[in-house]
Amino acid sequence: MKLEVHTWPATYGEQAQPRMGFFTDTSICIGCKACEVACKEWNHVPMQLQGFTGNSYDNSVDLGADRWRHVAFVEQRLPADATDGGSLVQIAERGAAIDAGVQTYQEGDGVRWLMASDVCKHCTDAACLEVCPTGSLFRTEFGTVVVQEDVCNGCGYCVPACPFGVLDKREDDGRVWKCTLCYDRLRDDQEPACAQACPTNSIQFGELDELRERADRRLARLRDAGQDQARLYLADEDNGIHGAGAFFLLLDEPEVYGLPPDPVDTVRDLGSIWAAAGAAALALGAGLAAAVLGGRG
Amino acid sequence: MGSNMAEQHPVGFQWVIEAKERGAKVIHVDPRFTRTSAMADRHVSIRAGTDIAFLGGVINYVLAHRRWFTDYVRHYTNGPVILKPEFRDTEDEAGFFSGWNPDDGLYGIDTWGYDGTGGETAGGKTEQTADVSGDQSQGAHGMDLEGGEPPHYDDTMEHERCVLQVLTRHFARYTPEAVADICGCAPEDVVAVAEAMAENSGRERTSAVVYAVGWTQHTVGVQNIRAASILQLLLGNIGRPGGGILALRGHANIQGSTDIPTLYDILPGYIPMPHPQRNPTLDTFVAENGPATGAWGNLRSYMVSLLKAWWGEAATEDNDYCFGHLPRVDGDHSHYAMMLRMLDGGVQGMLCVGQNPAVGSANSGLMRAALAKLDWLVVRDFQPTETALFWRDSPDHEDGTVTAQGIDTEVFFLPAATHVEKDGSFTNTQRLLQWREKACEPPGDARSETQWIWHLGCIIREKLADSEDPRDRPIRELTWAYPLEGRDAEPDPDAVLAEISGCRADGTYLDSYDDLQDDGSTSCGSWIHCGVYKDGVNQSARKKPGTEQNWIAREWGWAWPKDTRIIYNRASADPDGRPWSERKRYVWWDETSGSWTSLGDGPDFPPTKAPDYDPPRDARGLAAIAGDKPFILHPDGRGWLYSPTGLTDGPLPAHYEPQESPFVNALYGQQQSPTRQTYPRDKNPYHPSDGVAGADVFPFVLSTYRLTEHHTAGSMSRTVSYLAELQPEFFCEVSPQLAAERGLRHGEWATIVSARNAVEARVMVTDRIKPLRVQGRVMHLVGAPYHWGGVGIVTGDSANELLPLSLDSNVHISEYKVSTCDIQAGRRPRGPARVALVDSYRRRAGVRE
Repeated sequence: MKLEVHTWPATYGEQAQPRMGFFTDTSICIGCKACEVACKEWNHVPMQLQGFTGNSYDNSVDLGADRWRHVAFVEQRLPADATDGGSLVQIAERGAAIDAGVQTYQEGDGVRWLMASDVCKHCTDAACLEVCPTGSLFRTEFGTVVVQEDVCNGCGYCVPACPFGVLDKREDDGRVWKCTLCYDRLRDDQEPACAQACPTNSIQFGELDELRERADRRLARLRDAGQDQARLYLADEDNGIHGAGAFFLLLDEPEVYGLPPDPVDTVRDLGSIWAAAGAAALALGAGLAAAVLGGRG
Repeated sequence: MGSNMAEQHPVGFQWVIEAKERGAKVIHVDPRFTRTSAMADRHVSIRAGTDIAFLGGVINYVLAHRRWFTDYVRHYTNGPVILKPEFRDTEDEAGFFSGWNPDDGLYGIDTWGYDGTGGETAGGKTEQTADVSGDQSQGAHGMDLEGGEPPHYDDTMEHERCVLQVLTRHFARYTPEAVADICGCAPEDVVAVAEAMAENSGRERTSAVVYAVGWTQHTVGVQNIRAASILQLLLGNIGRPGGGILALRGHANIQGSTDIPTLYDILPGYIPMPHPQRNPTLDTFVAENGPATGAWGNLRSYMVSLLKAWWGEAATEDNDYCFGHLPRVDGDHSHYAMMLRMLDGGVQGMLCVGQNPAVGSANSGLMRAALAKLDWLVVRDFQPTETALFWRDSPDHEDGTVTAQGIDTEVFFLPAATHVEKDGSFTNTQRLLQWREKACEPPGDARSETQWIWHLGCIIREKLADSEDPRDRPIRELTWAYPLEGRDAEPDPDAVLAEISGCRADGTYLDSYDDLQDDGSTSCGSWIHCGVYKDGVNQSARKKPGTEQNWIAREWGWAWPKDTRIIYNRASADPDGRPWSERKRYVWWDETSGSWTSLGDGPDFPPTKAPDYDPPRDARGLAAIAGDKPFILHPDGRGWLYSPTGLTDGPLPAHYEPQESPFVNALYGQQQSPTRQTYPRDKNPYHPSDGVAGADVFPFVLSTYRLTEHHTAGSMSRTVSYLAELQPEFFCEVSPQLAAERGLRHGEWATIVSARNAVEARVMVTDRIKPLRVQGRVMHLVGAPYHWGGVGIVTGDSANELLPLSLDSNVHISEYKVSTCDIQAGRRPRGPARVALVDSYRRRAGVRE
C-alpha cells in the first residue's frame, strides 16, 4: 500500500515519523460535535456565527478557515420496502445481528439520520502544497500537510487548488487556515484534540497503515451484518489523490455527505497540460514558420 | 425510554455503543426520532405522556405470557405478599385506588398495606399529603413488620389478594391494542419490546432500563419510574450485572445534590426532615420515620451521628443531641410552591445559586413576576443571567407590562467559580463519587460555593456571637471549623468529605454505616457515604485505570453505600446463594469461608449472613432480614412490585393523561392523576383537555427538551462562542404534515401560543417528527428546545414561557415534557400585541383563571 510521497519520508531522513492520520468511522458518530468544539478550543479558531441554517442540526455549514472539523447531518427518508429483508433493523429483529456482533446504526422508522465528521484529508498528492509559492504549506515529519501562519502571505493559490474546498482565507487577516492534524500536539506525543474528545471513538487517530487495516476489518463486519452500502472513502491509493491521511467509513455515497465522489489532485495533470501547451506552441511556431517560409518560397 | 442519552449524555453513551459492538440490542422508545434513535436497533414513537400505558402493555405481556422470572419474583419481591381485603384497585374504583378523599384531594393509605399490618406507615401516618411531604411521602421508608416478615404471604402466588395477582388484574386492560391506541404506536411495537426484554432476561441474561427527565418531568413522573421497577423486578433484572434502572441526571452532579440534598424535605442520606408537631423529640422522630427492620432500623444511629457531625460537642444525650436545632418542615416549600408564595408577597429574599428560573422554570413569566416581589435577590453564576437581569430586561419589558422603575427588588450578582476552578466530587448515576481537582484559580472575584458559604456562615456567626436568643443556638453551636487553604482561604474540601464520611470520638475514621452508633460516640455527615474517607484516605479520588483492574474497576472512585458498584447485589445469586448462571456470576455464598464473596464488588448484604438465615421474631435492623432477601433498605428485604407506603398517588402506576391533553383517558374514567398539584390563577391558566369545550383551540402536543450543543437554560452555553454558534437560534420541530396543515415553511418563523404566552421560533420541518394516530385521530407534536433567553451571544424566546405549573405530588416536579399549544406561521406580534394575542386565545378557549 502506497504511503510515501515525494517529500516524505525521504526528505526527513532519520527524523521521519510514521505517517499519521484519522480514520473517521461515521457508523458510530452520534453527532455531538465535541470534535468541532475541541478543535476550536485547542487551536483558537474563532467563532463563525452563521445563524439557523435549517440544514438538519448542522449550523456550521462546511469546512473553512474558521472550521477545521465539521459534522454533517443528513436526514434520509427510506421507502418502507427499501430494506428488503437485508437491513440491519431486520437482521437485528431476527436476532442474527447478535451473532454478527453488529447492529443497525442510524436507521429506523423509515428515517435514517447520518452524521459524519469531516476534516482536511491530508492528501498523499496535496495540490495545496504543490501550488504554494511561499513554502508556507509543507509536509511534516508525520506526513501531514500544515500551513505555517507566519509564512503564509495570503496569495490564495491553494484555495482553488484543494479538491475538497478545505483551504480557505480568513476574512479579517487574509491568510489561509486549516486543520494541522494538531501538529503541536503530535510533536508532544498527544493525539489531536478532536480524536481525544470524540466520545464514541468515531474519530480514530493513529499510524495510517494500522488505521487502514482497522478500517478494512470494520468494513467487513458491517458488510457481514448486511450493511451493503457501507464503504471506505479515500482509504487506498486508488483515487485521484493517491489516498488520504484522513479517510472515512461511510454508510452511503460520498455525495450524500457533501464529499466529492472522485476527487482529483488538481495539479496532477499540470505536466501533461504544459507538455500539450508546449507541443501546441511548437506546432504553431512550425506552422507559422512554414507559412512564412512557404510564402517566401 | 424517557432519555435522549446520545444527545444529553454523549460521554456515557460511548458505553452503549460499546455494548452494541458486543451484541447488545438498543431499543429507544421516545416521542421523537433523536440522535439516540439514530443509533438504536429499534425506535418506537409514542405520544408524549403515555409512558405508563406503554410500560403497562409490556408488563401485561410479561404477566399474561408467564414470562416473569419465577424464582426471583417468589423469593426477592413482594409478589407473594397478601394485601388487605379492604384494598381496592383502580379496576374497582373507576380509576382511583381505595382511600380517595375528594374533599382534601388526597389519599388515605390505611387500606394499601400488607394484610395483618397496622393501617399505617411507620408511626401511624394515615394520609399521604403532598403538602407535608417532609416526613410523609419522602420519609416513609416502610412499615413495622415483626421479624421483618409480612404477616401473610403465599409462595405459590395464587392467592387472589397476593401482589402478583393484584398486578395481573391491574395491568390486564393494558393490552397491546389498547396501549397502541393510547400511545399512537402499533400493537406489534408493544409486543416486540416486551418480547425483546423477556427474551433477554432470566438466569443467563439481563436487560437494563435507562431513563432521564423524559420520565420525571410529568404529573406522573414517579409512577413512570415505578412502572419500570415493576418490569425489572418481574424479569429479575435488579441487583445483577447488566441489569438495573439507570437514572441519567439533568446535570453533572444532580445525583450528588440529592444524596446530600439541596432539597427542602430531606436531610443527607434520604433521612426525612422532621415535622414540627409530629416530631417533638428524637425518639418520636425515629419511631415515626424508621421501620424497626432493615437498614432503616438503625435510623437513630444515622440521625445521632448526623447531629454529632453538625453540632459536635454541643450535641449530648441530655439535649437529645440537639435534635431541636433542626429546622422543621411544616408544608410544601418546593421550588414552585416557594415561587408562588413569593408571588403572593410571602418571601422577602432569595439566594439563587446556579439556577436561572427566569428562563429555566416552567411558566417563566410567572417566575419573573414572583422575583419582582422580593426585597432582595442574590444571584451566583458565571455571568449575569436572565434571572439576575430580570428587573431590567425581559420579555415583559418588551411587552410593556413591566418597567425597571416599577421593580423594587435589590439584586446582587456574585461571580461563581466553574467546576475546573474548584475541588470536589461529582456523583454519577451509579452512585459513584469521582473526585476532581482544581485546574486553575477562579478569575477575579469568582469563588467556589464552599468558600462563599463558609465565609458567609462565619460572618453570620460573628454577628450572633453574643446572642442569648435560643433561636440563634443552632447557628452558634454549629461545627464550622475547617482547615483553610489557597489564595482565597478556602475550606479544604477533603476535610468536608472526611466529616461526611465520619469518625469516632477518638478521631479514628469509620469504615461503613455498620459502625454508626446511637450514643453519640460516632459522627457522620451522611450515613450512606460513611467510609468514603475510610483509613483517612479520600477514596473517591482513587483513579486506577480500568486497564489495570477487572471490569468492576473498584479502585476507581467510591460508590455509596459501602463502595457497592451494583446495589442489592445479593440478588445476583439464587436463594441458596449460588450464581443464577455461570455467565451472570457476580456475588455468591462461599460455603467454606461462610461468607459472601464476589468477582470484585463488595456484597452490600451482611457478609456472613447465610442464605438460610431465618431471623427471630424479635430481631431488629439488618438482623431481621432473612438470608434470601436482598433488598435490605426495605423492612421486609423484598423488592416492591407493589408499594404499600411511600407514594402519594397510589401503590401501583396507572395511566392518567397529562394535565393538558388532546385526548380523553381511554383506560379510566379519571382523566388526570387525581393527586397532581395544580395552581389555577390568572398567571397560570390551564388549557381545556379533550371532551371539554375549547380544547380544540390548543390542538397540538408541545414537548420541551434539550440539545447536545446547549446546557439547560443556556447561560453556560449561549455565552460560549463555540457552543452558541452550533445552535444559534430557537427553533421548533414539526412534521411535514403539520407544516402543510398550518402553512409552516422550513427555515422561516412560527409563533407557538399557549394561554400563558406566545413565543416565536424558526421552523424545522423534519421526518424525524411523526404524526401519530391516537384514538382514531391524528396527533401532531410540536417539539421545542428550551435553551434560549435574552442574554448571551445568541438569544431568543424561551419555550418555558409557554408551560403551566402542574406538578407530580410526590416530588413536586413540573410537567415540562407535555402540554398543549397552537402554532401559526410567521413571527409573533411585538409589545402589547403579544399580550392581546394570548388574550384572544384565552377567550376562544374559554380559559379563565
